[in-house]
Amino acid sequence: MTTALWIGTRKGAFTLRPDTRRRGWKLSGPQFLGHIIHHVVQDPREPKVLLMAAKTGHLGPTVYRSTDGGRKWREAAQPPAYRKAAEGEQPRAVDRVFWLTPGHSSEHGTWYAGTSPAGLFRTEDGGERWEPVAGFNDNRMHPKWVSFGTPDGQLTHSINIDPRDPRHLYLALSGGGVFESTDGGADWAPLNEGCAADFLPDPTVPFGHDPHCVALHPAAPDRLYQQNHCGIYRLDRPQRRWVRIGNAMPKKVGDIGFPIVLHPTDPQTAWVLPMDGQTVWPRTSIAGKPAAYRTSDGGKSWRRLDRGLPQSQAWLTVLRQAMCTDGRAPRLGLYFGTTGGEVWAGANGGESWRCIARHLPEIYSVTHAA
Amino acid sequence: MSCTIRIPSPLRSYTAGAATVAAEGATVEEVLASLERRFAGIRFRMVDEQSRIRPHIRLYVNTTEVTVLSQPVRSGDVVHVICALSGG
Repeated sequence: MTTALWIGTRKGAFTLRPDTRRRGWKLSGPQFLGHIIHHVVQDPREPKVLLMAAKTGHLGPTVYRSTDGGRKWREAAQPPAYRKAAEGEQPRAVDRVFWLTPGHSSEHGTWYAGTSPAGLFRTEDGGERWEPVAGFNDNRMHPKWVSFGTPDGQLTHSINIDPRDPRHLYLALSGGGVFESTDGGADWAPLNEGCAADFLPDPTVPFGHDPHCVALHPAAPDRLYQQNHCGIYRLDRPQRRWVRIGNAMPKKVGDIGFPIVLHPTDPQTAWVLPMDGQTVWPRTSIAGKPAAYRTSDGGKSWRRLDRGLPQSQAWLTVLRQAMCTDGRAPRLGLYFGTTGGEVWAGANGGESWRCIARHLPEIYSVTHAA
Repeated sequence: MSCTIRIPSPLRSYTAGAATVAAEGATVEEVLASLERRFAGIRFRMVDEQSRIRPHIRLYVNTTEVTVLSQPVRSGDVVHVICALSGG
């Protein structure tokens, strides 16, 4: 099975496969033309298995599963859905499945899904049947956690599993904050100290923050990075206070953006794509000059990477799931997809960039399948 | 009660391309259950987990819009599943 980039778009799923020297890329697709594909994720425990979060403009949400590397797909028998509301309860329905995370390496067939409205769901049979995680969805604090959503609705995303412990989970809520569970999801606690929330009347609250993307380092799972609506942060457990490493970014660029991507083996190295977060929050490349920034020292310093990217009048937006690496250290390939339908490849950790696909629909996610 | 259901194109992947299918039931709820037994997964794409018709779906029994799933269906009725114009 060859390596592939899976591109989830507003109008279907595409793949990009490189030649052996990664010079040429072949675009295939679309699969599920017309479907809104939020996320396509490979199961690292069974590499031929992929899950896809999908819906259409009219129809309810669902999850598709492939067991042959993405050639054929089958719909989940029981997609993520809230339980029936009890008398007097506010009824909830999943509008879309937004985020997919494979479970712990010891729990084959387990996956987690984050949805909008902000819910958490789990499967133990490889994506065929999904159950609500009551400890999160029915938590007595849940209505307070999710009171502030995005214009696209509340979102549960950035589900991270501690590789040392399947019961140790993290997730993020847009407009809610980062949350942690140490008991397999039975209970959750906010983990937002140190994160700014400039848009809130009281910025010292325990939750209500707006994480855009949170990633736990697979080789150093006590370290997490966060791209927040209000800055870039790092957290080193067992501490509970995030450190704003985005303060080291150039002032003219700032530290607002959507995705954050980690080096597969070096916990000191991460990449971000700064976006304009001033005034009405345009969320486009700063001054029309797109660039990635890389830290190699845990956020103490950042280096601009823009060779090969447009140098002017390039107003790119890259959403939180639309950036990834190919895991091939030391000559790591970096990739991002834009809402304008372009896919860019950054060779050697982003040292130089070139566009490898154009004219695609609005891109929601770019993920790598080995 | 035996009725006919008109299936919009976004849902024909469930019915092997069929634009009309037969179903049984005395209410819309029963008709949808009948449809689900034959075409697993189709109901959830039209009706959510709280048994509400999804926002961009409209159901009609003949020319009467369905507002509750307990709405009666008589033998020979045509149930229309309409996907509201949306997208872009």
